[in-house]
Amino acid sequence: MIKKISIFFATVMSCLLLMDYALATSPLVEGGIFPDIKLSVPKSPDERSYLGLPDKDSFTIPEIKAKVVVIEIFSMYCPYCQNEAPRVNELYNLIDKNPDLRDKIKLIGIGAGNTPFEVDVFKKTFNIPFPLFPDENFRIHKACGEVRTPYFIGIKINEDGTHKVIYSKLGSIQDAQQFLDLILKLSGLKKEA
Amino acid sequence: MCIKRKVPFIVLIGSIVLFSIVSMTFGVMHTFKDYIYQPGTLKPVDSIPKLKVGDKAPDFILPSLSGEKISLSSYLGKKNVVISFVPAAWTPVCSDQWPGYNIAKEIFDKYDAILLGITVDNIPTLYAWTRQMGNLWFSVLSDFWPHGEVAAKYGVLRSNGVSERALFVIDKKGIIRYIDVHDINDRPHLEVIVKELEKL
Repeated sequence: MIKKISIFFATVMSCLLLMDYALATSPLVEGGIFPDIKLSVPKSPDERSYLGLPDKDSFTIPEIKAKVVVIEIFSMYCPYCQNEAPRVNELYNLIDKNPDLRDKIKLIGIGAGNTPFEVDVFKKTFNIPFPLFPDENFRIHKACGEVRTPYFIGIKINEDGTHKVIYSKLGSIQDAQQFLDLILKLSGLKKEA
Repeated sequence: MCIKRKVPFIVLIGSIVLFSIVSMTFGVMHTFKDYIYQPGTLKPVDSIPKLKVGDKAPDFILPSLSGEKISLSSYLGKKNVVISFVPAAWTPVCSDQWPGYNIAKEIFDKYDAILLGITVDNIPTLYAWTRQMGNLWFSVLSDFWPHGEVAAKYGVLRSNGVSERALFVIDKKGIIRYIDVHDINDRPHLEVIVKELEKL
């Protein structure tokens, strides 16, 4: 009897373990890949140029002309994202003023549940210099595992077009320089910088 | 025989330990919002409308977070008024609604409008809850006592004592120009308010 109960519990726990592992190996887990999500190519020529995208309708993250893409999943309604905005701008500026990094690391934001109008309000309020994309119907947010905001994802894009999630965490980046150093280390760009 | 009996126990203990480790490693997704109560999906609307567009907005006087009492009639002839009823403090969608309005002051100013945020919570609860939102530029009013009286006047008091997630746009003459008793589970988009203010 004890043996049967033990086997039953072992089976249940193993199933739970597998489920947990399945969640853990979702696309946003470091070492995994980012969901195959299509975003609209920005209408702004400056933003298109920043991302190195041709003038077409849509693109996927690995098509961005960069070695690393940092994605912030935010919402204009999220006070933590509002507080985080100046820090993320600082991160952009640190990258932009470094000629060795400017073309290698790109930032984008995805406004979970936000309309284009709402994303625009966020962009204007905080003078955000990098492209922001609306995700009005939570399509991307759902594909990313319905993470809370702000959520940061670092993606390394390889020469052959493959990619890997190198950073995936909820919450503030804390310190722009330290975060940049971490991304450089995780991506292997540190030697090149 | 003894070894055979121990095997399932070893598997069991091993599974528990592994499960715990994996959970601890990957299940820590609760940095900020542990304070938010998750009520699940609710009945979208749970009240009977009492007002319609074109009606005179019922006047009210409510205590605000700043300590002063705010009356709707004090804006007559001076400002357009947007009233945002949200169901309750410390609930998911509500906690992510007013912070958006908080960065849209310029839009309200552009249309000579003010915003009044109302919930049925008491002042101390509203104080604690709104602190996470930063400094709000608009008045937050407590419709706590008599409980939900203003929400009831506006036909947006739900059967469990919280209000609907509702927007009322009231012009300078005190006439209701727009009503949105929204699905309580969703947040209305900001441009809806903007479009209605544009029409005034």
